Amino acid sequence: MAIGKDLSAAPTTRPDGVAPAKPGVSPPPRTPSATEAPAVELQRVSRLYGSFVALREISLQLAPGSSVVMLGENGAGKSTLLKVIAGLQSPTYGEVRIFGESPRDLRGAVAYMSHATMLYDELTGMENLTYFAGLQSSGPQFKGSARSNRSRRARLRDHAAQALTEVGLDPANPRRVGEYSQGMRQRASLARVLLSEPDLLLLDEPFSNLDVGSAHSMITRLLTYLAQPSPSGPARTLLLTTHQAELARPLAQSILTLSAGRLISLQETLPVKTTADEPAQRESVQ
Amino acid sequence: MNYAQHVLTHLRKDLRLEWRTKDSINGMLFFALLVVVVLAMAFDPASYPDMTRQISGGLLWVALLFAAMTALNQSWARETHNSVLDAHRLSEAPASALFIGKALANFLFVSAVEVVLAPIFTVFYNLQPLGQTWKLLIILPLGTWALVVNGTFFSALSLRTRNRETLLPLVLLPISMPALLAMIQATTAVLTGQFEPTLWIKVLLAYVIVFTTACVLLFQTVLSAD
Repeated sequence: MAIGKDLSAAPTTRPDGVAPAKPGVSPPPRTPSATEAPAVELQRVSRLYGSFVALREISLQLAPGSSVVMLGENGAGKSTLLKVIAGLQSPTYGEVRIFGESPRDLRGAVAYMSHATMLYDELTGMENLTYFAGLQSSGPQFKGSARSNRSRRARLRDHAAQALTEVGLDPANPRRVGEYSQGMRQRASLARVLLSEPDLLLLDEPFSNLDVGSAHSMITRLLTYLAQPSPSGPARTLLLTTHQAELARPLAQSILTLSAGRLISLQETLPVKTTADEPAQRESVQ
Repeated sequence: MNYAQHVLTHLRKDLRLEWRTKDSINGMLFFALLVVVVLAMAFDPASYPDMTRQISGGLLWVALLFAAMTALNQSWARETHNSVLDAHRLSEAPASALFIGKALANFLFVSAVEVVLAPIFTVFYNLQPLGQTWKLLIILPLGTWALVVNGTFFSALSLRTRNRETLLPLVLLPISMPALLAMIQATTAVLTGQFEPTLWIKVLLAYVIVFTTACVLLFQTVLSAD
């Protein structure tokens, strides 16, 4: 299944029987040209844990600029799929290409936010972010500033402070991440993944344990991020898993559904701005 | 230059974490002191000064090896907690920079223990070296690095195993035997003054070069493993 490339070429029927994308429902202007390599390309990917099949022959194409919400019950294989796409786990069978390359050759271009914070509990948010900024310092966001007279450390701190501020955290907060509330941890984790300005953003249940207000702030930040042009070329692509489909609706250009390791459907959604569109949207989500 | 900055970034982080938690140093120091004191009580070093000089090199390095093992077993625990290691696997920073940064941090922790342990060891065993004492300034860092570089590597290798705390000594002790032999012989040569430690220092140096290179080259594979 492919999404976000050329909607006019979308098939009228799908092999899985799911309704095709509706004509005229195109993603925002981040849609790239057809000559670009897909942001994510999976060819008959399966992943086994011993005899347990977590993913079954998943084939999928997401164009650069896609924003996809992945739904599915617990154990459907959502987290495994994200890890396989991120290159954290190899597929047992099949092939994964990210922007035309193997995920393991693309370090830095893909960011993954898991259930865990991926931060050090003993460091403050600012210390964590400065550390991770230091590891990303050869990234495009640092180019140009290298000639400035300001020290590298100061630039890293500024970058980290900005990332924290953008997710609503105070860079001067002296509390360690281990002492943060769950919502603050999630936001700090989001700040970490956005720090490297990745071209592909993989988020595993980013809204779990968040109140509605915090979740909306996170969505706003993600929308802002996706709308910005990527310094490294391809349009920014998002793939996130959630159990809160309604909450994630503003991010859902497409909805991908997994069940028991199988890809059930990949549907484009209608724009969410008008109330008239809502029934169609809900139907699509279901 | 960028590579050195990445190493420094990892090293600074590990030092900061250790400063906050003191997990490694406290455990190592306590363990090493216990070994030294217990062995000093097991026989009377003051009554047998020649024998003490003969065996002190071995006692010192065995105490340090076991003490270092307690810290090395934990050295990657911080990275697995909260799945931080996955963030490193996706980072564009070279994997070997993470390894070298952590090995350097472990080297500094073990060296700090040596600084505290050495005078206590000298007093407890009533040691008066008869050889060129300054050569210990070469032997101690080289020996420590030999223990630490392998320990850091095999500790990372055993991360995904269920019995990693058992596995590390099982792998590390046999592979460290040549280094252990060289550092004990070189130290004994300095303490007794009966033979030249130069050959053993060269063996130790060769071991360090070979194993450091191998660990640095193989670490990316270890980090990327599922």
